Amino acid sequence: MPNMSLNKVKIPEQEPNVRNKNFLEVALGYTEDMAKEEAQRCLNCKHRPCVAGCPVNVQIPDFIQLVAEGKFEEAYYKITETNSLPAICGRVCPQESQCEKLCVRAKKGESVGIGRLERFVADWYMANREVKPEKVKKLNKKVAVVGSGPAGLTCAGDLAKMGYDVTVFEAFHTPGGVLMYGIPEFRLPKALVQREIDNVRSLGVEIKTNMVIGKVLSIDELMEKEGFEAVFIGSGAGLPSFMGIEGENLNGVYSANEFLTRINLMKAYKFPEYDTPVKVGKNVAVVGGGNVAMDAARSAKRLGAENVYIVYRRSEAEMPARLEEIHHAREEGIIFKLLSNPTRILGTEDGWVKGIECIEMELGEPDASGRRRPVPKKGSEFVLDVETVIIAIGQTPNPLIVSTTEGLDSHKWGGIIADDETGATSKKGVFAGGDAVTGAATVILAMGAGKKAAKAIDEYLRNK
Amino acid sequence: MYKIVRKEVLNSAVKLMEIEAPYVARKAEPGQFIIFRIDENGERVPLTIADSDKEKGTVTIIFQEVGKTTKQLGTLEEGDCLLDFVGPLGKASHLEGYKKVAVIGGGLGTAIAYPQAKKLHKLGAEVHVITGFRSKDLIILEKEMAEVSDRLVIATDDGSNGNKGFVTDMLKKLIEEGNRYDLVIAIGPLIMMKMVSKLTKEYGIKTLVSMNPVMIDGTGMCGGCRLTVGGKTKFACVDGPDFDGHEVDFDEAMRRQMMYKNEEKRVLEAHECRMEGMKNA
Repeated sequence: MPNMSLNKVKIPEQEPNVRNKNFLEVALGYTEDMAKEEAQRCLNCKHRPCVAGCPVNVQIPDFIQLVAEGKFEEAYYKITETNSLPAICGRVCPQESQCEKLCVRAKKGESVGIGRLERFVADWYMANREVKPEKVKKLNKKVAVVGSGPAGLTCAGDLAKMGYDVTVFEAFHTPGGVLMYGIPEFRLPKALVQREIDNVRSLGVEIKTNMVIGKVLSIDELMEKEGFEAVFIGSGAGLPSFMGIEGENLNGVYSANEFLTRINLMKAYKFPEYDTPVKVGKNVAVVGGGNVAMDAARSAKRLGAENVYIVYRRSEAEMPARLEEIHHAREEGIIFKLLSNPTRILGTEDGWVKGIECIEMELGEPDASGRRRPVPKKGSEFVLDVETVIIAIGQTPNPLIVSTTEGLDSHKWGGIIADDETGATSKKGVFAGGDAVTGAATVILAMGAGKKAAKAIDEYLRNK
Repeated sequence: MYKIVRKEVLNSAVKLMEIEAPYVARKAEPGQFIIFRIDENGERVPLTIADSDKEKGTVTIIFQEVGKTTKQLGTLEEGDCLLDFVGPLGKASHLEGYKKVAVIGGGLGTAIAYPQAKKLHKLGAEVHVITGFRSKDLIILEKEMAEVSDRLVIATDDGSNGNKGFVTDMLKKLIEEGNRYDLVIAIGPLIMMKMVSKLTKEYGIKTLVSMNPVMIDGTGMCGGCRLTVGGKTKFACVDGPDFDGHEVDFDEAMRRQMMYKNEEKRVLEAHECRMEGMKNA
């Protein structure tokens, strides 16, 4: 008999008032018994709507069935047939708008906790089994992957399994891309990301750090001089957007990219043990409503800020952040200033932030994105007294590669133009995927793109 | 890992290191910079490239020991390695097509001005070099600069080398003597670049300055290096580091440079305590 409880089995978490002072992971994960109990909520329905909601088509009912039977190792192999980074996806995928949204159980009560179960299976496997690299027959063909985020790692891993000699070029000193510099430790432990990277390395993939492609080597040089027969570009969306309002260059104004990179990659939360500092005032305003904004706000709180505001111009219903992140942020004491838009940042005489002026908004007619357009209410300006402002209104692809590669077409906004199914670009032998193509999106979509491109690169090189 | 193949002490606070980094060396151009990190706990620090050798595969950096990281770097010796060394970053300087150029280096800025003077000299321009230091014992690259310039003026703040004054005084004198420069390049402390730019604006001489603000990645990702140029926000790492000196908001740049003053002091003091402890042990 399935477990007919309307609610997901609760996942143990650190208490909000404890965790908002440390950087340890918020959710502690299911025990084996909890996982089996939750797995029994799955009805194993014939039409499997959840699978269609997954960008990489994880065979969800199959792996959940195996969990219910206590066959955790088999469940892991079932997931990894289509998803090479389950420990990461279980933690950062927006399940509520993908697989769990389509779950039959969600029609009455909560959906099956698919994300939590995926995470459990991946963690169980890492704790109990050793990853054994598969032996593959080498094809003696070199492929270059630019960027070591979720798209690049997935593409590199898949190509290596097919027998290609893969070299990944990473601009930073540490591989992992946004998984390392962007998403905080309390949401995605770096040791876990490191393990996934080690797994990719164990397949024979070479990762070269400190290599800024477009500067130290161009795409053309990779193909003409360095002997790579195909290139995959997964360089992400690393360019921060600013608002263009008065006061944005005052001391104490950060892009979310800079704020999070200082904390996550450079370990500023351990300053002065680590040399890189970060400045957090007593009062902090974070502008934006996505996951990055939630990450920045919750990090600021953990670094000792007393009042942390999320300033977002629409209402909560339009917020692009995962529900869980919004929920966690509220629990941790983040203050939501919704339907508010910054108009300028106020500074002291010597150039430090002292406040942010906002205007109240109301929702009008739907705009191009289908969300109701926020319209300012005349004369409703108000000031939040803050010493730190973090701008988290989005990122666009870095123009470096496009501007240094002849014949690589891009959109006006910076995204590389690539085929949806294959990742093929306008340049022969060059494929692209992930945020570099779509603009800032999700880890799972980037992984999906890396997978499709690996398949397409294989076909391209076989027919070459 | 990136090996230090040569180390030279240029004066009491300034050192030169030649680093093995063949990929960077192949592409490095005057005006571009690198970012280094000494060890796992270290910060990423940008330094303008002082010289490079494609055949040897080395890049030369010259640095002043002012903070924790540069002091720590100064303790490393030939044969030691840096954990990270990435570049070349930023845009190369456009030096083609000039007939007569004044290249000005203030203090450590002289190290960055040197490759510019060298390239201009090679391109056939008449190069006048003005360098300024606090006192005689801090003078660096005198011989090197002499080799790549048609005229070299060295000034000291205290007059200990027999030529007292600021680089702006020297530049003004040369201009008043009738030297007609079609470009001035000024590299050094922000206040010096500001004063040079103010002077050349009066004479209507195009002026390039090299900005070196706080940055993390050096590829346009963090925006920490932003500055206002001609009323617009620019990123020094990808839009620069060279900018039109008449357009740069130096006052804002000087304020932004103070952002981590207290934190820098804190790590430096902790570092010096440790070094002192090691000496006494």
